[in-house]
Amino acid sequence: MSKYIVTQNVADCIGCRACEVHCKDKNNSGPGAFYCRMIEVSATAAPLPKIDFVYLSCFHCEQPWCVDVCPTGAMRRREKDGIVFVEESACVGCKACITACPWTVPQWNPETGKVGKCDLCKDRIDAGLEPACVTKCTTGCLTFTTPAAASEVARQTFAEQLLHNRR
Amino acid sequence: MKETKYSICGMCAVRCPIAVQVEGGKPVWIEGNSHDGGMGRSLCAKGGAAFAQRLDRQRPLAPLLRMGKRGEGQWREASWEEAFEYITSRLKPILAEHGGRAIMFSDRGGPFADLRQAFVKALGSPNYSNHDCTCGRNVHHASKSVYGLGRKDFAYDYENTRHVVLFGRNITESLKVKEVKSFLKGIKKGAHVTYIDPRASITAGKASRYWQIKPGTDYALLLGIAHCLIENNWFDQDFVARYVTGLPEFKSFLAPYTLEWAAAQTGIPAEDILAFCKEINEDRPKVIFHPGWMLSRYRDSYYASRIIHILNALMGSIEMPGGLFYPKGPKDAGKKGLKSLAALVPAVNEERADGCGTRYPQWDKGAGMLQTAYAAIDSGIPYPVKAYFIHRHNPLIALPDPKEQQRILDKLDLIVAVDVHFSESAWFADVILPENTFLERDDILRTEKGLKPGFGRRQQCVKPLNNTRAGWEIYLELAKRLGKGDLFPFQSIEDIWQYQLQDTGLTLADFDAKGFVKLSDKAIWFDRDQLKFGTESGKIELVNTQWEAMGVASLPAYVAPVEPPEGSFRLLFGRCGYQAHGQHQNNPILAELLDVNVLWINTKAAKQLGIKDGDQVVVSGGDAQGTIAARVTDLIHPQAVFMLHGFGTDVRVKKRSFGKGLADHIFMQGKLKQWDQAGGGLNLAESFVTVAPAVPQEKTR
Repeated sequence: MSKYIVTQNVADCIGCRACEVHCKDKNNSGPGAFYCRMIEVSATAAPLPKIDFVYLSCFHCEQPWCVDVCPTGAMRRREKDGIVFVEESACVGCKACITACPWTVPQWNPETGKVGKCDLCKDRIDAGLEPACVTKCTTGCLTFTTPAAASEVARQTFAEQLLHNRR
Repeated sequence: MKETKYSICGMCAVRCPIAVQVEGGKPVWIEGNSHDGGMGRSLCAKGGAAFAQRLDRQRPLAPLLRMGKRGEGQWREASWEEAFEYITSRLKPILAEHGGRAIMFSDRGGPFADLRQAFVKALGSPNYSNHDCTCGRNVHHASKSVYGLGRKDFAYDYENTRHVVLFGRNITESLKVKEVKSFLKGIKKGAHVTYIDPRASITAGKASRYWQIKPGTDYALLLGIAHCLIENNWFDQDFVARYVTGLPEFKSFLAPYTLEWAAAQTGIPAEDILAFCKEINEDRPKVIFHPGWMLSRYRDSYYASRIIHILNALMGSIEMPGGLFYPKGPKDAGKKGLKSLAALVPAVNEERADGCGTRYPQWDKGAGMLQTAYAAIDSGIPYPVKAYFIHRHNPLIALPDPKEQQRILDKLDLIVAVDVHFSESAWFADVILPENTFLERDDILRTEKGLKPGFGRRQQCVKPLNNTRAGWEIYLELAKRLGKGDLFPFQSIEDIWQYQLQDTGLTLADFDAKGFVKLSDKAIWFDRDQLKFGTESGKIELVNTQWEAMGVASLPAYVAPVEPPEGSFRLLFGRCGYQAHGQHQNNPILAELLDVNVLWINTKAAKQLGIKDGDQVVVSGGDAQGTIAARVTDLIHPQAVFMLHGFGTDVRVKKRSFGKGLADHIFMQGKLKQWDQAGGGLNLAESFVTVAPAVPQEKTR
């Protein structure tokens, strides 16, 4: 796990796919490749339908399968913050990382013949900014944070709910 | 060195404020204009695909002249000089023989239409129209008949509301960034949301109450709700006593429309409607009944919308935080407004070809009505119409029945399309004048009404990549070549902006810091004891005698919709949050998200037909037929099927979208001649189709 995490408030997500588009526009991931995706999960539960979207990107594992398996060292983990990224010049397009990743997160770019993946827009992070998907999220349902801060926010929200629901 | 330019998005008709970063003449980043607090840096998927639109080469990149027959798609590139010469040489004989009124024009309305309206007026034509016959005309006219004010004369304070009621207004998908953000804030603060739609859109997933209403029965449900609220005195009696006329007539009209009656019509249980009425009575006056945005659907949509407008008055939610408010203009802030460009041009006193204000006295002249303009082209009555300018509007897919439209349009001597894309309508034109993408063009200044009124500017962020021009350049040049240049003494956009700002005391530099100028620091609310309405009586009129004198009954009896014939379904359509009408379809990024549509069909109905989720099915209606994959779901009413609009293009150069998906409007045969007789909106949800498995199913035992 990198020191960062992107959290999603599902209640505020409208499945508008702006995150996917902002990512593609910024990172030029190539046709058919999506570094982040909104997965629709819907069900008709009476009386109200459930139509939710779940944000899935890269988990930036602490011990990434993709890095371990990469034969050229193209797949790397940044020491200072744990961001897992592809050094494109070293990628030979063997796809070992795609196979190794339990969630098949690395994306294939048919135009370059190389793999690409979410690097949390590390150039933006280094400039003191946030990833494209989070910065421009239509409803603000995505948050760029750290696991500790995310936990604080979640606990606070839960505590407020407890009080709110007290009879 | 990065430079930030503030402008206004043009990917869809919402036109959100944006910030664009430019480095070395190239656009490198686009986001919402965070100087606008309601916007922040948020940008929807459409806006996010703006750079891709600019780089896309499957668009008209230079003026094009038609070579073969109309719609054949044989074009030849021309210089601007040649294209202008082509247009003027064909317009001059039309003007000489038939006069300026033989020219018609349509666009998608909006805050930059003033210059185009001025152009049409300068040619001596009354025939400017916008797209609204397929959008909000019913809502607008209903609002006029109740309040004497247009639909845009009210806005909605979602953030502070306690209850939002949405009759198919799909806030999360027919997406306006600022609106959806304030809607979600309202929900977070505890607002109830009642969502009514035969199809459970994503908005249904955000609602606290969802009713899968029988298609076409909104008016019945509204009558039942009104009946219940009035019978129980569950309304704001002070507000009604002060501002509303016609309550006794309304009450006696509603007598037969009991909850049980409404339940039988709509399929929604009476006790559920009663529970809703109790809840809304507790939540008022901070409630919003949304009167509809795009409501060109049923033959009684005007009347449904009318009851919604009336319910807002009954709730006392007018000019109320958490309810509806008047968007304030410069005048309300004690300031002067922008000077009008159309005011530079002498008035045109001709009758409109579409009959707005004459044959159809109740319809506003300002926006026109395209389907009756079509009838005028077809018949030559009341006079010949010979030329048509189509400005970034796409009637061939927006209006129903493309074959019938093409038959009529082919009678014209000249069709000019000004567009960024190869719209289906541009493809049928004689000349395409390619417009700069919105990132590449300036537009006239716009007025931004709201609680804090102001002005906003769309400016050129980057130079055009191709041989294209801005709309203002095109129309000023055409006016000049047609001998009307004196009316527009402008050499540059700055000249136009300075003219617009003349009375305001503002300068162009005032727009540099934020892209907009606010005329008031504080939210302006009117005194609720002094509210004014635009009707003859100055009151909210439940029975409007002026409209009745024009042949439009105020309170007509309910007529149930025609049921789909056995084996047929009512065809419904809509869009999702990453579609910009027809503009999304060939965008390099947006086409990747969505290149085909699917047919939503109810689980039980599908089972009867032997259709499984994901199966290819054949949809048939009239002489139209097409294949599409089925999405089998309980999220749609058994009487209806649904598809997203904007697919199945016949423009072959749009390679990402050509031949993909199915067009809904081809099944709306005969519907160019069927509209809501009161409000004028086309009946786009009144067509039936049959659905069958694409490959005969093998019988299983």
